Amino acid sequence: MSQEIIEVAGETAQQGVSRRGFIKGAIAASAAVSSSNYLFRSNGGALLAQTPAAGAVERLITVNVNGRSRRIDVPPMETVATTLRYKLGLTGTKIGCDRAECGACTVLVDGQPHYGCSLLTHSVRGREVTTIEGLESEDGTLHPMQQAVLEEQGFQCAFCMSGFIMNSVALLNDNPNPSRKQAAEWLSGNLCRCADYDKILTSVQRAAEITRGA
Amino acid sequence: MAVIRDVIPQLELFQPSSTEDAVALLAEHGSDAWVYAGGLDTLDWFKDRVKRPRVVVDLGAIESLREIRSTPDGLEIGAMAKLIDVVNHSEIQSQFPALAFAAKSAASPQIRNQGTIGGNISQDTRCWYYRDGWTCYRAGGNICYASPPTAMNREHCILGASRCVAVNPSDTAPVLVALGASMVVRRGRSERVVPAEEFFVGPEIDIERMTVLEPGDLLTSIRVPSTWAGTRVYFEKVRDRDTWDFPLVNVATAIRQDGDTIQDLRVVVNGVAPTPVRLTAVENAIRGQARNEDTATRAGDAAIQGVAPLTHNGFKVNLMRNLVKRSIRDEPMTA
Repeated sequence: MSQEIIEVAGETAQQGVSRRGFIKGAIAASAAVSSSNYLFRSNGGALLAQTPAAGAVERLITVNVNGRSRRIDVPPMETVATTLRYKLGLTGTKIGCDRAECGACTVLVDGQPHYGCSLLTHSVRGREVTTIEGLESEDGTLHPMQQAVLEEQGFQCAFCMSGFIMNSVALLNDNPNPSRKQAAEWLSGNLCRCADYDKILTSVQRAAEITRGA
Repeated sequence: MAVIRDVIPQLELFQPSSTEDAVALLAEHGSDAWVYAGGLDTLDWFKDRVKRPRVVVDLGAIESLREIRSTPDGLEIGAMAKLIDVVNHSEIQSQFPALAFAAKSAASPQIRNQGTIGGNISQDTRCWYYRDGWTCYRAGGNICYASPPTAMNREHCILGASRCVAVNPSDTAPVLVALGASMVVRRGRSERVVPAEEFFVGPEIDIERMTVLEPGDLLTSIRVPSTWAGTRVYFEKVRDRDTWDFPLVNVATAIRQDGDTIQDLRVVVNGVAPTPVRLTAVENAIRGQARNEDTATRAGDAAIQGVAPLTHNGFKVNLMRNLVKRSIRDEPMTA
């Protein structure tokens, strides 16, 4: 929640006419960013410089997302899906159940599909996170799986689409020519409320075709 | 929707890089600390704000806990080995294919990429009254909401209940019990080795825990002896959906045969009681006999002696009988 405070404060600072508004905003922001946990922590003692315990984590961390190193302020218990959507603006990753059940938040971590809702951002330091925004090439060419979804009209409402596409990309990297059964098994951790499973599996087959140049 | 309500309350996170640092942190913080492995079970508890520890010790940075290695007596599987690593490990596939199959039967592909074997055997029960934060016996209260006749107890105990009727939901646990595995537990500087059968505790011993692990304890590895390596080990799981779901009942049966004769066997079921249950009565009933349809039928019948189903889970009795029967009669399936 502190991030919202920061952003509200930041806006005030930019739009505000008065110097007082700016200063108040800046104070609120810096307090929220760095010190509130330490100053107001109930077990106290943090005002005196202590040697951090082994394994203590910093809030300012660097995460590699879609090939870019992003420096972000992350509370200890923030999930990857939250960070992507609300810190980095990468809203292509959806949050459905937020309970590791539906797969809408699926992203790749070092190429492996994970539920972004149930993975701590602090656990992906130094690892490569790939989201739906990172699939197209620099000249705007869509990934074969994205192109296949367009061609086969793979989804109706498409809320689950990013998760399905990310998991399918991992599948195609692992097995460029999966059978429908193999694809169904690989994608079994993703749910589609519109029940477009048939078209989704057809899209995976089409993506394999596109990759083969067929 | 979920997003705003589910911001996890403030917790202090530690990500130690060695087992020594982790056990030191657990010793320091005692019952305020929560051991975090893959995080799949954990984060649900935290999001629902039902469990609110002050300190979380994440084991994800401890590389040595991920190792799977051969020892003179068998295999040692690090507690933080991911389920997918257990599924794909060549020696597990060749020596203990039932363990690989059970690991692959757990959860969904994304969860197997992150969930660990240590977490799979240590995970808490799925009883929804308990998980929704009702103050039941298991949560320190003095009532069970799942056992009254009007309760929703389709997934609960048919065996071994003691006030609490919640079941152990692990798929790898019954295989590990069948294989005679043991769990290595660190506490401070000392280490103890607990046989799998004793690792899981029922409510008659401690109603608030699923395993022997107490605050300050750290499960570091699982030792699978070569005793049952290469023998016929059968695993089967029945669940409502063919993916993601927890077992209604699962079975793991290890048989050593001499010709047709069952020389020795271990039969374990899970999903029916607060702990994986070794069915010694079944083992004794058919040890030394020929492995055939008739023996398998008698094994199934022996399995259900003494069951006490609740209002909505009587189906589990037949399920358990038939699964035990198949585990004796049929050829093992593999991942």
